[in-house]
Amino acid sequence: MTGRMSKAIIEVADAKVSFGAVRALDGVTLAIGPGECVGLVGHNGAGKSTIVSVINGGLTPQQGSISGDGEALARYGINAARARGIRCVFQELSLCPNLTVVENTRILHRQLGGFGWRRRAKQVIERSLDAIFPGHGIESDRTVGDLSIAERQMVEIAMAFSDAGIAPRLIILDEPTSSLDASLAEQMLAHVRRFVASGGSVILISHILHEILATASRIVVMKDGRIVAERPADAWSEHGLVEAMGSVVKGEAHQRTLRDLANAPVAMALTGRGLPLQAKRGEIVGLAGLAGHGQTRMLMKLHAASTADWLPRRDPAVTFVAGDRRLNGVFELWSVLKNFSIASLHDLAARGVVDAEAEAERAGEWKRRIDIRTPDMANRMLSLSGGNQQKVLFARSLATRAPVVLMDDPMRGVDVGTKQEVYEIIRQEAQRGRTFVWYSTEMEEVCLCDRVYVFREGEIVAELAGDAVSEENILAASFKGEAAA
Amino acid sequence: MRIVDRLSRAPWIWSWLAAFLVWFATIMVTGGASTLGLSQAALTFAAFSIIVGIGQMFVITLGPGNIDLSIPATMTLAGTVALKLMNVDNAMILPGLATAILIGIGIGLSNYALIKALRIPPIIATLSMSFIIQSAAIWTNRGLRIKPPNFLADFTTSTTLGVPNVSLVALVISVAAWFLLEKTVYGRWISAIGQSMPAARMAGVPVDGTRFVTYVLSAVLASLAGYLLACFSGGAALNMGTEYLLMSIAVVVLGGTAVAGGDSNVPGIWGASLFMFLVVSMLNTYGLGAGIRLIMTGLIIISVIMLAGGRQPGAR
Repeated sequence: MTGRMSKAIIEVADAKVSFGAVRALDGVTLAIGPGECVGLVGHNGAGKSTIVSVINGGLTPQQGSISGDGEALARYGINAARARGIRCVFQELSLCPNLTVVENTRILHRQLGGFGWRRRAKQVIERSLDAIFPGHGIESDRTVGDLSIAERQMVEIAMAFSDAGIAPRLIILDEPTSSLDASLAEQMLAHVRRFVASGGSVILISHILHEILATASRIVVMKDGRIVAERPADAWSEHGLVEAMGSVVKGEAHQRTLRDLANAPVAMALTGRGLPLQAKRGEIVGLAGLAGHGQTRMLMKLHAASTADWLPRRDPAVTFVAGDRRLNGVFELWSVLKNFSIASLHDLAARGVVDAEAEAERAGEWKRRIDIRTPDMANRMLSLSGGNQQKVLFARSLATRAPVVLMDDPMRGVDVGTKQEVYEIIRQEAQRGRTFVWYSTEMEEVCLCDRVYVFREGEIVAELAGDAVSEENILAASFKGEAAA
Repeated sequence: MRIVDRLSRAPWIWSWLAAFLVWFATIMVTGGASTLGLSQAALTFAAFSIIVGIGQMFVITLGPGNIDLSIPATMTLAGTVALKLMNVDNAMILPGLATAILIGIGIGLSNYALIKALRIPPIIATLSMSFIIQSAAIWTNRGLRIKPPNFLADFTTSTTLGVPNVSLVALVISVAAWFLLEKTVYGRWISAIGQSMPAARMAGVPVDGTRFVTYVLSAVLASLAGYLLACFSGGAALNMGTEYLLMSIAVVVLGGTAVAGGDSNVPGIWGASLFMFLVVSMLNTYGLGAGIRLIMTGLIIISVIMLAGGRQPGAR
């Protein structure tokens, strides 16, 4: 044991971090040895992102020590971590959107500077992209802001694995597959396994448990800022992990009650290229297919078709739950409260004046209902963890009176327990006659839907209903034709 | 201590502090003899910057790139047309005011039409609009200098209980603006748009309508300020708005409003407007030459912005 510890790439001992009243890390000791893939799981706000920030040098713990390769590191920071070959792929994507892929590569790798850096950077990033995602189709001179969120995530991952002078030794992947569809996720996990087999180390954080079980060599479970369990991966099962995380599984997610909606009135319809889309009152409609094949664009179109840009509407027709939080979800300067209430202000106001009491009351109600973890709704939105921010966005939409809810892969980075709660709320709301149009990259969620439209290359290519909604059928429809090409 | 702590976080505190220090430094030199006169003068002249500054603040709140550069020309046109219409007749005061406001509405409408229909960035749209407005003002004015109606001339230059009337008008407008910004749905909407336009749109905010109203509001406040200023200074002049171009932006920035949008406050406009007037009169009192005075004004503004910029943004 001591032998392994002494040559650990990085070792954090008894780290404590608190943000104001929130204790994010409460004495965490974690060592990462060479050639191992450590899976890190836990609820939203369990401290996973915080321990990652400590390891990558972004955050200095208020207490505790950090050592690398057997020597104590007194002055540890982002540059020291990078010099040791520690790289990080963040949950919140961190590329500069106004620069091209090549230019972003240059920013990450300082040593690429000097004449001809564009050519060198292009080689570095393309080599890495080709290795991880063969046939990715991303041109490295494209501006990052123009890439789809899945492509951005691919570039981000490739960036972390790229080698330009300092070889990567430890790569931290924080929800790396959240925007990737199944096949891209599999390509990436396969690369992780290759990387680990060749002696590299990986910390893998994911809410998709089978990914962790299949990839990690050791799994660490965190809860409330502490490590509560740590075992080799083959000693874990999916059920065991969920139990250790402390979330109660309320039945399988697949328990879908078949409902007869044949006579229900149509709540929303849109015809475009491919099959027409139709959603009935009280129906949960899924948009499936590979990531970035036009599902988000379809949601935007549906939203634009029923909202007014000029006159306020007293009765909103649709509401939208963002998946790309930073782009079209969160108002960063505002408190949690204001972020929550923005979409339902009309219900909380008389003659255009916001009723602060009604607003606080409504927010308190949803804070309890969906368990938003913050001591005070007046705290800043950005003080919440990513999953909790997502919960606020959910509450924002569900609190409106809009009969149709559009969801753009909203479960990104949300923990298992919360997901189950949200599924339950969605089922209840649908029962009461609300319509949901739900784009998801997770098969489990798509299978919860009453009817599923499968997208390929910007159009709807298949419609599956009732018992036909299954993983095989969806995969078959999303890949059809590609084998021939 | 908690009050001190809270105050030190308020974005507007720095402009108030600066205004007070400068005021104090000025009356110290004169041995306190000019206290009342200086304060009244400051309140009077600041009133005009406050009114246009509030309009500019709402526009700047809309986020990066949003600015109204047509304010000076709007002031001039509203002032000249209103005075010409009133023609020294006390009975025409209200029609004159209505005309000024209509001019403001028209200009705001044209501004947003340029921005939206022709997709011209606000900085260019409002600037080119201001050339058109200024030409219209030259055309209506034709070198005439018409005096304001007696009642208005008296009203704008006199005081009530020692407080200048124009500053009372500015106070009423400020309270209304504060209410609009902090308490109403519209105030939330502009702040939301300023932080993220896509997020605001997806949250159901009527983005175009809100921006449109904001540009109209700014132009109306500018025309109102032009109307008052023309009456105050005994007649409209073609260059009467010129100094308010930079002034309207400076008071917003000095007042602690985020230039990037989404975070504004009204009290800061008062502190900053008073400060801008007081700095000049302080340097005048010290008997400094024009060159030194300008350099000092610049340096003082920079230091106030640096001080205010170091603050931690509080939760809103």
